[in-house]
Amino acid sequence: MSTSTDPRHGAVRSGAAEPPGERPARPSAATSRRQSLHRRLWGTVAGHSERPAWMEAPSRPLAIAKGIVIVTISLAVLVPMLVVVSTSFASGEQIREAGGYVLFPTDPSLEAYRTIFASPLVFRALGVSVFITVVGTLLALFVTICMAYALSRPVLGGKVMLMAIILTLFFTPGLIPMFLMVKQLGLLDSVWSLILPGVFAGFNFIVMRSFFMGIPTELTEAARIDGASDFRILRSIVLPLSKAVIAVVGLFYAVGFWNSFFNAMLYINDQSLWPIQMILRSYVIQGTSLTADQLGVQQSAPPQSIKMAVVVVALAPIVAIYPFLQKYFSKGVITGAIKG
Amino acid sequence: MTSSSEATARRRRRNSLRSRLRRDWQMLVLMIPGGLALLLFFYIPILGNVIAFQDYQPYYTIAEAPFVGFEKFVELFEDPRFLLALRNTLVYAAFQLVLFFPLPILLALVVDSMMSLRLRRAFQSIVYLPHFLSWVLVIALFQQMLGGAGLINQFLGRAGIDPVPFMTSADTFPLLIVAEIAWKDAGWGMIIFLAALAAIDQSLYESAAVDGAGRVRRAWHITLPGMRPVIVLLLILNLGSILTVGFEQFILQRDAVGADTAEVLDTYAYYTGVIGGDWSMGAAAGLAKGVVGTILILVANKVAHMLGEDGIYRGRPQ
Repeated sequence: MSTSTDPRHGAVRSGAAEPPGERPARPSAATSRRQSLHRRLWGTVAGHSERPAWMEAPSRPLAIAKGIVIVTISLAVLVPMLVVVSTSFASGEQIREAGGYVLFPTDPSLEAYRTIFASPLVFRALGVSVFITVVGTLLALFVTICMAYALSRPVLGGKVMLMAIILTLFFTPGLIPMFLMVKQLGLLDSVWSLILPGVFAGFNFIVMRSFFMGIPTELTEAARIDGASDFRILRSIVLPLSKAVIAVVGLFYAVGFWNSFFNAMLYINDQSLWPIQMILRSYVIQGTSLTADQLGVQQSAPPQSIKMAVVVVALAPIVAIYPFLQKYFSKGVITGAIKG
Repeated sequence: MTSSSEATARRRRRNSLRSRLRRDWQMLVLMIPGGLALLLFFYIPILGNVIAFQDYQPYYTIAEAPFVGFEKFVELFEDPRFLLALRNTLVYAAFQLVLFFPLPILLALVVDSMMSLRLRRAFQSIVYLPHFLSWVLVIALFQQMLGGAGLINQFLGRAGIDPVPFMTSADTFPLLIVAEIAWKDAGWGMIIFLAALAAIDQSLYESAAVDGAGRVRRAWHITLPGMRPVIVLLLILNLGSILTVGFEQFILQRDAVGADTAEVLDTYAYYTGVIGGDWSMGAAAGLAKGVVGTILILVANKVAHMLGEDGIYRGRPQ
């Protein structure tokens, strides 16, 4: 592929290394010097247009239609989250006046959060969720890294193992046999039933393995000649080079564990072991009201904002790690593996 | 003579196995944790499906349970609830295939036509986000927006319009299902199509434009053929998982729309097996679903090969 220079960004980009979703920079139109004021203002807001010289500008109706589509979709994603966050901070009075939901809290208060963090039920559920997310992610990374490294080179039995893993992408054992297995292992009503079945995901393995396979063999071979063992090579050469992929796979696992609901519904009967998603289902979707007893305090915040605060507490960690996750989409770590 | 040379060959082979073991033992050790996880939570449970052919009761071990052949499957197809679940599953799957499948493709085309990199990145960040939210959160958010006391009905009520039962009406439930899936995954589904679009050689467009091809003709003759293999691949994979319409999504809305509307094959297996205690029937329902899914993938792949597409794996070399 040809390499083109983008004068405005002053960067040389090669088409082949370009992450998906971005195409090689197009040669800029020579007219940029004669940009109108309008265009320049637009440029500072939205970045420069990358339209190649040969492509005709879209007709006005088309451009407007596209703009409407883009804005509508963005709002459809963002508004529900905004409303939930706003309502969780709103005062009871404002909620009553608005009729249930608030777009912007006029008189923000943390009362709802104080209430739910004082509630033993919600607090404990958060503890369970944090535990399964942290322990689960660490364990899953360990298992996945070991397997991915072992199968990144041709080894004894490697092909059979790889095939055995690929099959897991197309089939599931089914819900009943899984339940019986977990029961057989004595994991019912134990937080480990939320962790162990999820410590190895075929998709994450493939992302990890294709990254390891991309590490130049010269590096590992040189270490081998110097007498390093496979363990040593993994620890001192492969792992330090793989921080990006470990981060992205770890984040994937973490999101999965934090969101785990299905397993909790199947395997956990004991309310005190519920993760936060179960609380969310029970108190927001099914509308069971939190009693003063479960909250552990005199309920002072309006019930609506307490509900919304529970939603926000389940939502916030995902939104908080999202920028880190997102950094790697543009690096093509994930799509590179899908294509390969 | 021949027997001794065979013996040496065998010895050499054994030696090479032993030397490979000596060389690879650490790699084999590294496979143990993952292998154990696969065994415990994939392969042994898969074998556990044998209870679909047994009259399994919790006080038996699987080895002790009496075999009943295909009796459970016959029972299954005589159970009106199962037939209802099957019918619902097919309806929801059809809605998803027709209404949802094209969305990520269209979205990818829109994003690909966005000329400003900064806007494009911002838009991508926004639409990828919902993919990482749990189904519980997605349903909770939908409920806050569209529910009987939700934001939309709050506005409608202020305008003097009666509340619209978006979340509880059985008639519009298939559309609600598609809307939720679209909200959650249309953006994320776009990633793979964007990759396909980025892989199209830009000089093709340039030459076509120079030769006088307009927007529409370039889309028809360059963009579409460039995306076709990916579209076919995803279509086949979707067909294979068509009967898995989304357990969490349905079980979460079962109370709101009623069991008859929200019953799909997975929820049937759950309620019959785990809740109802008829483990063998539940397993039979799950197994029937898996077998049909596999057949669908194989057939779709065959059709793709006959049409000259690669499908999941490459067909005969041409």
